[in-house]
Amino acid sequence: MAALHFLANPARFRRFSQRVLPALWSVTALALAIGLYWGLVIAPPDYQQGDTVRIMFLHVPTASLSMAGYLLLAALGASLLVWRHPLAALMARATAPVGATYAAVCLITGSLWGRPMWGTFWVWDARLTSFLLLFFLYLGHIALNRAYDDPERGDRAAAILAVVGAINVPIIKFSVDWWNTLHQPDSIMRIGGPSIDPSLLWPLFWMMGALALLFVALVLVRTETEIDRRRLEIAENEG
Amino acid sequence: MTTALLEVSGLACRRGGRRVFDGLSFTVAGGELLALTGRNGSGKTTLLRALALLVPPVAGMIRWQGQDVRADRENWCTRLAWLGHLDGLKGDLTAAENIAIAQRLRGQPADLDLIDSALSAFDLSALKDRAVRTLSAGQRRRVALARIAASRASLWLLDEPLNALDGPAQKALHEVLARHRAAGGLAIAATHAPLDGARTFELGI
Amino acid sequence: MGFAALFLRDLRLVWRRPGDVAVVLAFFVVATVLFPLGIGPESNLLARIAAGVLWAAALFASMLSLDRLFAADYEDGALDLLLLAPWPLELAALAKCAAHWGVTGLPLAVLAPLIGAAFGLDDRSLLVLALTLLVGTPALSLIGGLAAALTLGARRSGALLALLVLPLCVPTLIFGASAIEATATGEGFWVHLTILGALALVSLATLPWAIAAALRQAGE
Repeated sequence: MAALHFLANPARFRRFSQRVLPALWSVTALALAIGLYWGLVIAPPDYQQGDTVRIMFLHVPTASLSMAGYLLLAALGASLLVWRHPLAALMARATAPVGATYAAVCLITGSLWGRPMWGTFWVWDARLTSFLLLFFLYLGHIALNRAYDDPERGDRAAAILAVVGAINVPIIKFSVDWWNTLHQPDSIMRIGGPSIDPSLLWPLFWMMGALALLFVALVLVRTETEIDRRRLEIAENEG
Repeated sequence: MTTALLEVSGLACRRGGRRVFDGLSFTVAGGELLALTGRNGSGKTTLLRALALLVPPVAGMIRWQGQDVRADRENWCTRLAWLGHLDGLKGDLTAAENIAIAQRLRGQPADLDLIDSALSAFDLSALKDRAVRTLSAGQRRRVALARIAASRASLWLLDEPLNALDGPAQKALHEVLARHRAAGGLAIAATHAPLDGARTFELGI
Repeated sequence: MGFAALFLRDLRLVWRRPGDVAVVLAFFVVATVLFPLGIGPESNLLARIAAGVLWAAALFASMLSLDRLFAADYEDGALDLLLLAPWPLELAALAKCAAHWGVTGLPLAVLAPLIGAAFGLDDRSLLVLALTLLVGTPALSLIGGLAAALTLGARRSGALLALLVLPLCVPTLIFGASAIEATATGEGFWVHLTILGALALVSLATLPWAIAAALRQAGE
């Protein structure tokens, strides 16, 4: 908590991120390279799905991380509303497009996976549908954030939306699962749980970590940009 | 001279990261009328909104009879009457209905005698059953002022109350303000035109 | 006191301009009538899609009237009077949404069975349709109320409102429509109706605070 309050000051945050980012980028690039080589080359093909299973190394981590990103967005929103941290607003602005991109990658890889599995690019599968709705929640956040002439109003409106949206994410997930079992009882894309082979599980965990690092690095870079942009706007207003 | 009822100390507000004003301090006593003057954009409206707790100040204190008004917002709101730069009237309701609903929204029963006297003070008795959307801008402003006069609030916050008013209507406003002050009421008005008997407080550099 | 005053004020404003509500109901009827015209008059197919079509149309219809819910008060300055009322703003938000429900959700729940009959739903399904709309539409009014409050003063607020409302309304839509299908297939509808009621209660317990927060920041 103390660290959060310390970093809430944009200038201090900027100094911190400038020190951390070069190292973070190198680690991220290395982790991604290892993860992709492991997942795409070393890991054995699935006995049923063959090489298509490798899509999982992008699909599953982006799914989890876009979900986690929305929780981060809600946490930033709450800290803006409760403590009025100026940095929380700028960081939320930076996070939403990254999270939306991850959700989009999850949807695209999911439908690419669906082509050989189902013979079509889109099936109203429970997971794909809930991530489509999560993607819409992200789009709503981004659009609301940028819909005001006064950027601070956009920040606060989007913060309220993020908090309400995060409360609704599990409800939406539950209702979509319910709807899915009602209409199509069996889903082909059952990944995770004890059934997955360890030779696939470890590269999956590795990719999860690598993509999480990439998420953090992108958010930090974009937050720096948002800080500069906000400073510029203020300077323009005063000058 | 009575003692100060309203005390503002060190008030600072920011909008869009820009400082609007800093370290404002003043007091208003019972029966006083304070006219806020200053250039466009000097923060008159923001100050009024901060006093009404619509805009959170970044620093400073607003006290009423020595008590921080933020500690008991609802009690503070019962003492306030607010006239923004918008009239706050519903076009599809009549002038009298608008004022009656404003009274009920303040948690009080509608007082028809008070409404009638407030409307006649602004020479609106003949228009009281007309839908507000059929009135002219000046007439609507008078209805909004009658709403303030019928509010039973002790502190009136008025943003450009003289806007769109003709000569007789301005005179009526001055009379209503004089009666409010004689009863011990306070008023703070952001204005460009002079107000009778007002103490001036200039905002801006 | 203040709650009742605001609720009655909004009803009176609608009463003075009944056309606004009539347009929403007419939209509901026209939108649903387009489906048989587009899909064809085969009654088995129509009865099967009726639940989804009627619920989706009800959602669109209640959204259609939302953009004026707080915008009218925002534009004429009456919102300041609500912000300065000496009683909780959460109650004001609730009163506005209750009035919105009274003039859209409630008439839609009454109107929908008539159209459902034209789609060939049986009597029991019609009853369930009316029940689910009665229980589910308050949640739609509250979710829509939040989106309306969030988009006050925003650019392109109409399209933005739809984008914000639709994902949040999905659970209500799913359980509302599936209750009717469950009746048609002979399962009980009580589970669905109970979940729908729970969704409405969750909205009732959380959204007035969010709407009030959104209105406060719009007033700043």
